[in-house]
Amino acid sequence: MKHFSYIEQLESETIFIIREAVASFENPILLFSGGKDSLVMLHIAMKAFYPANLPFPIMHIDTGHNFPETLKFRDDLVSKYNLRLIVASVQESIDNGRVIEETGINASRNYLQTITLLDAIEKHHFDVAFGGGRRDEEKARAKERFFSHRNEFGQWDPKNQRPELWYLFNSKKHQGEHFRVFPLSNWTEKDIWQYICNKNIEVPTLYFSHLRECFYRDGVLLAKSDYVPMKPDEKPKWMQVRFRTIGDMTCTGATLSDAATSEEVLHEIIAMRITERGGRFDDKRSETAMEDRKKEGYF
Amino acid sequence: MQQKNQYNKEAELLRFTTAGSVDDGKSTLIGRLLYDSGLIPDDQYDSIKLASERKGESEVNLALLTDGLRAEREQGITIDVAYRYFATKNRRFIIADTPGHIQYTRNMVTGASTANLALVLVDARKGVTEQTRRHVFIASLLKIPHLVLCVNKMDLVDYEKNVFDAIRSEFSEFSAKLEISDIQFIPVSALKGDNIVEKSEKMLWYEGPSLLYLLENVHIGSDYNLIDCRFPIQSVIRPQNTDYRAYAGMVAAGIFKPGDKVMHLPSKLKTSIASIEIGCESIAEAYPPMSVSMQLKDEIDISRGDMIVRENNSPTVSNQLEVMACWFSNKPLTEKSQFILKHTTREAKVLVQEIRYKIDINTLHRIENSKQLELNEFARIRIRTSQALFYDKYKLNRVTGSLIFIDEKTFETVGAGMIL
Repeated sequence: MKHFSYIEQLESETIFIIREAVASFENPILLFSGGKDSLVMLHIAMKAFYPANLPFPIMHIDTGHNFPETLKFRDDLVSKYNLRLIVASVQESIDNGRVIEETGINASRNYLQTITLLDAIEKHHFDVAFGGGRRDEEKARAKERFFSHRNEFGQWDPKNQRPELWYLFNSKKHQGEHFRVFPLSNWTEKDIWQYICNKNIEVPTLYFSHLRECFYRDGVLLAKSDYVPMKPDEKPKWMQVRFRTIGDMTCTGATLSDAATSEEVLHEIIAMRITERGGRFDDKRSETAMEDRKKEGYF
Repeated sequence: MQQKNQYNKEAELLRFTTAGSVDDGKSTLIGRLLYDSGLIPDDQYDSIKLASERKGESEVNLALLTDGLRAEREQGITIDVAYRYFATKNRRFIIADTPGHIQYTRNMVTGASTANLALVLVDARKGVTEQTRRHVFIASLLKIPHLVLCVNKMDLVDYEKNVFDAIRSEFSEFSAKLEISDIQFIPVSALKGDNIVEKSEKMLWYEGPSLLYLLENVHIGSDYNLIDCRFPIQSVIRPQNTDYRAYAGMVAAGIFKPGDKVMHLPSKLKTSIASIEIGCESIAEAYPPMSVSMQLKDEIDISRGDMIVRENNSPTVSNQLEVMACWFSNKPLTEKSQFILKHTTREAKVLVQEIRYKIDINTLHRIENSKQLELNEFARIRIRTSQALFYDKYKLNRVTGSLIFIDEKTFETVGAGMIL
């Protein structure tokens, strides 16, 4: 018997969970941000059903504040693999009056995405949404199940979750409720990069070192962009940076880095002493920022 | 002592679960394990340092690392199972940190269902409590091969050897009645860091390893059954407009190879394996826990919930079975009640025919003539299912020997069962 490595075990678990969810629900959707986690999830999902086509579409919640690189990457990928893409737009939610745009210096559409996401799930009658969330990312996520029940308002009740034993998943739900399924729950950031290296998975160039105009705000290095108004004392400088996560431009922090390939990124992360969400402005709003958003139905 | 968070892609995986009673310092112990091994990222440490200061605590409260939810931080308790990940040079660890009170049995059983090792804490001042017994009983029932009993808060009993010895002998007396193959005892102080990562200078009388050393070196032979071939079908892969047809699933036990003669359940029809694939790649053999797709030589009507086995080694095929059940719901289980049951990839209705006896977890005695099973209780029950299940005894196979009960109206997961 050849050694079945830890990464292969993780991949196998992810395949199993995606297949279980597809067999247990009627109308799945894969939430796709163009970030590394959703790319790994998509790669494994295609593998799980090969040689059949991916049996569900993918959905991007477009905040309108994306890095242009991410959008181009998304569209290229969709045409390369002949995927079905649904785009749900936060701008539309704002125009329809479903949400009100935040104002002020730290305004972000990150929080508005939840409404756009829940509206899209309802509109398309999705009963399960695959998310790329990992338990090692954040303390509220550490409490998340593989199969996570959402009530008719799309909310998560962390204090009253169904127990998850062995690999027996309870997918039962009432009318109007849905599930979030997290096939990458047991992966760490390093595992994701190890997998990207092993399988040569293409990721947006934002993950690799490049020159960009950035400035510091509250210890987070933000990219200069039209979406982020700058205070008078904030002076952008050209820096050699890369991004560890890809959210929208208003809240995604850059890190100084020379890592130019997947292998170099992996080595950099192994040596690193800051978590990836340490560079996320959206998590810095309060001690329980992620939990509060997740309860409302965030990714 | 600043060890780096190691990463070795060929490392072995140890999944362990932690259990303890209220206030015995379990979260602190995990925090200490991670902190002293240099495995806590700086921003996470800064965040709990800030939170500790806000609460007016003089020392950094390492327990905050695992207490993630708002209510947990406010009340200083752990509510739900939390998963933590760390790695040393040769091992990857997944910790299922299970709370000691609210819904403790439910959470402990959940954490234990996938663990190779159980870490149970007792407070040196209190010794073995009812909850300790419960946790250890659960660990033995769920067939966790290794158990480590940490006698914590040794600093509060002046690191006295006889305190530790007394707890050890009391515990050994109890655990002798259980099926646990490997039990180790370690005196520790999670708060002060004694015997967590480094051997303590204050307990020179203790000759065993530190906790981390033990976790890194405990022998984890394969947990998987490689003898009795079992392949529960998850789904059928059938691309449009082709003749291709493959059966998707995760190997539950045994080694499957192309050419092997196999049998389909429930039809008992025999055929052989044409090929085994992972994605676009053909593989020479499939064993647990591989997710594969299997093509067969002959066309047989196969669907989700069916099973592929070797023709001369079949699981039990029956709709009558006896299980050791653990109850999670406030609404008790009674005789003649009905539930939805999930076993492998199969779903059925289930009728509880008889509660044979409950188990008193303190004495391990049987309680006969019980008419209902309450929250957190265990009982041997007899059940009948609406369609036959293909099962093995839990002690031979955790995958084909386990099942869950789902309430027909609320859809809550109300119980778990280990097939006897």
